[in-house]
Amino acid sequence: MADHGTQYYVKIWGILLVLLVISIFGPFLEIPAVTLITAFGIAFVKAYLVVKNFMHMNVQPAYVGYMLSTCLVFMLLLFAGSAPDVMKKDGDNWVKTVVVVQGPATMHHGEENSGDEHGGAELH
Amino acid sequence: MRPIANTRTAAGIPTARLAVWWVLASEIVIFGGVLASYLMQRMGNPDWAAEAAATNVWIGAFNTFVLLTSSLSAVLAHHAAEHEQDGKKAARLLGLTILGGGIFLCVKGFEWYTEISHGMTIQSHPFWSFYYTAAGIHASHVIAGMILMAFVAKDAAKGLELHRVELVGIYWHFVDVVWIFLFPLLYIAK
Repeated sequence: MADHGTQYYVKIWGILLVLLVISIFGPFLEIPAVTLITAFGIAFVKAYLVVKNFMHMNVQPAYVGYMLSTCLVFMLLLFAGSAPDVMKKDGDNWVKTVVVVQGPATMHHGEENSGDEHGGAELH
Repeated sequence: MRPIANTRTAAGIPTARLAVWWVLASEIVIFGGVLASYLMQRMGNPDWAAEAAATNVWIGAFNTFVLLTSSLSAVLAHHAAEHEQDGKKAARLLGLTILGGGIFLCVKGFEWYTEISHGMTIQSHPFWSFYYTAAGIHASHVIAGMILMAFVAKDAAKGLELHRVELVGIYWHFVDVVWIFLFPLLYIAK
């Protein structure tokens, strides 16, 4: 592995701290686009710096990157497959209903709810 | 005789390091699953912002600083072990990394104590369920890393198995990367 010297790592750490400060104070402007970039965009930059410079991903064989990327892709598949059902409240010919039942949280065998929320899809 | 994982390679890198990358690949699925579930629930329920507003951004920021700094000491330990062949220095730097993990956990303990005593428990709202689950899994990885590092540092101080300093460092940096994403998701997105 290439010898960067300790100063190099300290420099990367300094950049990470500057990015941390920006990610904290950016959202104080309360501009959604700025919050998105400073909080979440910078998280990706920080992660990239750590993975490249501290974990030395750039000098690992390419298949290590493919291995990790495959897992990331499966995570995105999980998101893409479930998100529409979780995030949407209605769609073409269906609406998600939520039933809130007040009362003691005691469930008896055969009863359908216990004082919690129950959701379901209703077809139109 | 040295363990076969350290002395042979069929994949272009030492088998022990490849094993660490495999562990991290599986960790991506664990943390990724939790974070993906949280993201879709959070975007589908904008009212969760009222609960998220109760998290303390300064405590989260301080812990981010602590973890980033502990990552620096971990990579410096790796540098000392690989390029300077100085096991004692590597062990000292790993000790600092363990200290960073300890500070992180103490702060987290204080934070959780405060939140729970104010009624924000794992059962009080789905946001807090995700909060305690994600941060709890992460904290358990911090504890595991500290224990592993203590064993590695013990050997490194005697000049033994110095390659393990890099391996435990890779794991620790991954734990840091997970926190880099948890911080904005749980503390900044109000």
